[in-house]
Amino acid sequence: MLIEQDKMENLADAMVAAEVKGRSPWVDARKRFFNNKAAVAGLIVLICVGLFAFLGGYFAKFSNDEIDFMVIGQVAQLGGPSISSGHYFGTDDLGRDMFARVVQGTQISLMVGVVGAAIAVIAGTLYGATAGYVGGRIDNIMMRIVDILMAIPYMFVLILLLVIFGRSISMLFIGIGLLSWLEMSRIVRGQTLTLKNKEFIEAAQATGVSSFKIITRHIVPNLLGVVAVYATLLVPLMILTESFISFLGLGVQEPLTSWGALISEGAGTMQYGTLWQLVFPLFFFVITLFGFYFVGDGLRDALDPKDR
Amino acid sequence: MSHPLLKVENLRVSFHIKSEGDMPWTKPRELHAVGGVDFELKQGETLGIVGESGCGKSTLARALIRMVPGSGKVVWMGGDNLLDVSKSKMMNYRSEIQMVFQDPLASLNPRMTVGQIIAEPLRTHQPNLSNAQVKERVKKMMQQVSLLPNQINRYPHEFSGGQCQRIGIARALIVEPKLIICDEPVSALDVSIQAQVINLLMELQRKMGLSLIFIAHDLSVVKHISNRVMVLYLGKVMEVADRNDLYENPRHPYTQALISAVPIPDPEIERNKEIILIDGDLPSPLAPPSGCVFRTRCPKAQPICATTPPTLDPQSDQETHLVACHFA
Amino acid sequence: MALLDVQNLSVSFKTNDGVVNAVNDVSFAMDAGQTLAIVGESGSGKSQTAFAILGLLAQNGIASGSVKFQGNEILNAPLSTLNKIRAADIAMVFQDPMTSLNPYMRVSDQMVEVLIHHKGMSKTEAIAESVKMLDAVKIPDAAARVRLYPHEFSGGMRQRVMIAMSLLCKPKLLIADEPTTALDVTVQAQTMTLFSEIQSEFGMGVILITHDLGVVAGFCEEVMVLYGGRVMEQGPTDPIFATPSHPYTRGLLRAIPRVDQLNAELDTIPGSPPNMLQAPKGCPFEPRCQYAQEDCVQSLRPLTEFATGRKRACNRELEELI
Repeated sequence: MLIEQDKMENLADAMVAAEVKGRSPWVDARKRFFNNKAAVAGLIVLICVGLFAFLGGYFAKFSNDEIDFMVIGQVAQLGGPSISSGHYFGTDDLGRDMFARVVQGTQISLMVGVVGAAIAVIAGTLYGATAGYVGGRIDNIMMRIVDILMAIPYMFVLILLLVIFGRSISMLFIGIGLLSWLEMSRIVRGQTLTLKNKEFIEAAQATGVSSFKIITRHIVPNLLGVVAVYATLLVPLMILTESFISFLGLGVQEPLTSWGALISEGAGTMQYGTLWQLVFPLFFFVITLFGFYFVGDGLRDALDPKDR
Repeated sequence: MSHPLLKVENLRVSFHIKSEGDMPWTKPRELHAVGGVDFELKQGETLGIVGESGCGKSTLARALIRMVPGSGKVVWMGGDNLLDVSKSKMMNYRSEIQMVFQDPLASLNPRMTVGQIIAEPLRTHQPNLSNAQVKERVKKMMQQVSLLPNQINRYPHEFSGGQCQRIGIARALIVEPKLIICDEPVSALDVSIQAQVINLLMELQRKMGLSLIFIAHDLSVVKHISNRVMVLYLGKVMEVADRNDLYENPRHPYTQALISAVPIPDPEIERNKEIILIDGDLPSPLAPPSGCVFRTRCPKAQPICATTPPTLDPQSDQETHLVACHFA
Repeated sequence: MALLDVQNLSVSFKTNDGVVNAVNDVSFAMDAGQTLAIVGESGSGKSQTAFAILGLLAQNGIASGSVKFQGNEILNAPLSTLNKIRAADIAMVFQDPMTSLNPYMRVSDQMVEVLIHHKGMSKTEAIAESVKMLDAVKIPDAAARVRLYPHEFSGGMRQRVMIAMSLLCKPKLLIADEPTTALDVTVQAQTMTLFSEIQSEFGMGVILITHDLGVVAGFCEEVMVLYGGRVMEQGPTDPIFATPSHPYTRGLLRAIPRVDQLNAELDTIPGSPPNMLQAPKGCPFEPRCQYAQEDCVQSLRPLTEFATGRKRACNRELEELI
């Protein structure tokens, strides 16, 4: 025992007496994430798209509902992308500036994606974690409710909602929010079930920590990894849903627009030689989706290194 | 006459098992994980519980602190029966009884710092302590388990297995409990680390006057740390005795087989010793054998073993070596 | 000619955090019918040594040195050569039998597959042989049980099935990686007894990888003690247990509680096993060694013979260790 004491003291002397700062699992994950080139590229793309959405408006020479009477009627000849005319991305069929419209469409689409994912994260995590932790009959009832909601053809319901209550952004948010949390709650519940059997949860129960504290202190922080990954993958899904609805002509109301609406319009006029009306919104749409998928993938690898 | 710290009488734990394909109205089958266990634990004493996997030793420990529902009596210091006190009253007892778990890393929340982990029981049971007081106590505790107090902000994954187990022990001790239940605390550790943790537990026990319930499948470790040892098989006590009695003079055929099977790190002894091999597999706990649960694998089994379950009752008050066997 | 001759085997892994030298300079030779124990704690490189011999290292692992099986070099040999050897000449038994048994196939099908593929038996012959092998590992009612799925066996039985499978092609060398660690003591005793019986019956060489010195004492003739990827001590079992020549072996033997003795307090080895990411230049045991001196930090003497058949790697002379 003497030797051990000596060793311990030596060790203690060697280490600085100041408190050592720990390397949290998040810091490790961040390091791994930034080592992943595809993920970093995706993140940079997303930042650029974000900057474009919020700062692009200052560079636009026109607003999104202003009609340029100079080009109207001759869009195919005069409305092409050009720096001199101020229509960087050209104009649409009605002579409105595509640049301003793409900026505005990006704002709406990103917002739909982020808000949809945020609702999913908050509602889905709490619902799933509660169901998983409480277990038993309550879990059964809660998850059957989710099953029933999932069985409803949501696209049909969404379209019905938009037709009955009229097309508006808030209606769109409500509709998308209603369906986005279902899948999330299932994933979170599954994760909670595996976490629940971990010894550290048992340790907390044994000392008498309340259930609420166990969920918020022990379960939710350990779920965040999965939730973060799923949320980043959910954003593009929400954007796609919104685009589809807009493509059907049920999305946001003119003069507001979104990627889906823009792509729909662009696709409609493709054969008249105004390809730019399709290409620019499509470009932003595609790179954003790629960006989110790469970031999501990178997050998954970073947060769960065992899978590699 | 002072009361024992813990007096357990006829503790039973059963689970309801629904097998696949059962209709919703079929009555679930009963699995008796622990079938009527009695024991006493004195202050400062260590009770070792040994048995093979599936014998109910972990369930027994969890039933004592109501982590799994059990029936019977668990009397704390001659007072309350822990199995029927109210929830709020049980809360007080939870600070008196703490647990140390098997897997050192899995028993620590990976997203919390060591300081937060060790402080959790303290914050739960003494919520009015200030942050500075808590930190003070945590650091003192870390010192006692030979962890460097300046590591308070580190995360569990930055420690080795042995250090993680020290963190687990510090967490259990911070509320100054009277009893610690150790569920296989060293079986996941490297051989060279096991001795450190065992010595630490014994040293802390001496210093703080703790009682221990030490659950393990390793008979040599149990022998080293325990005052009394209880052998479980299929949820039933086979033999319970003072440590020296049990190891030098095991009377139950199962205990004899168990002890003879432990390998000894000495080639001469190990090669020449006689191992009592027991045949067959552990019977399913859903359909335990009638009479004595060990009879299906027992070399001494007779017809009586199938009809009458042997009892553990002492012949006299002085008897401390109890065996549940018709022929012991 | 030795059955297996390993010379200067080193294994390293490239990881994101740097290169890990898991095994350094391990050499040993064994003859047919011999039993060798590779003893060490987690991270000592004992399993990686075995994996390297069989070419089973993970993708990022690099092995160097030489491994000769019956005179033929098999280290880093092409997969076709290794596959032939793995099935027919060297078999491996793992700690968790479920990792090498397919849970969705009947035991009979898995065993028959091996026999048909490697021995060219007909199906009926193969089944008869499988039942015989299950009988040999003392699985009661083997003829009926051969049709079961792996999960229908208990832990101990599953390990027996695994052993039976590894014996199908009558290998000359069996490598058992912690075969009894997951088993209860009574089952462990059964399994080890079975191992000895089978070993004398089939006359094969066995490499037993374990951390349990008790099991080693009962089963093996030769012992190799690994720590931090290096051989600390190597030699016949009896003298190593009687007079361990390395501070690590000595410490280890004193730190284990024994069921046949009673000691008031266990001697401990302070500290923790080394972090292989920052492999020490000198002796890996130096930070925990009570005899360590300054030179131990810088270098470690190579493994040298100090008595017939016994080798040790320690900077301190034997007389200095009291």
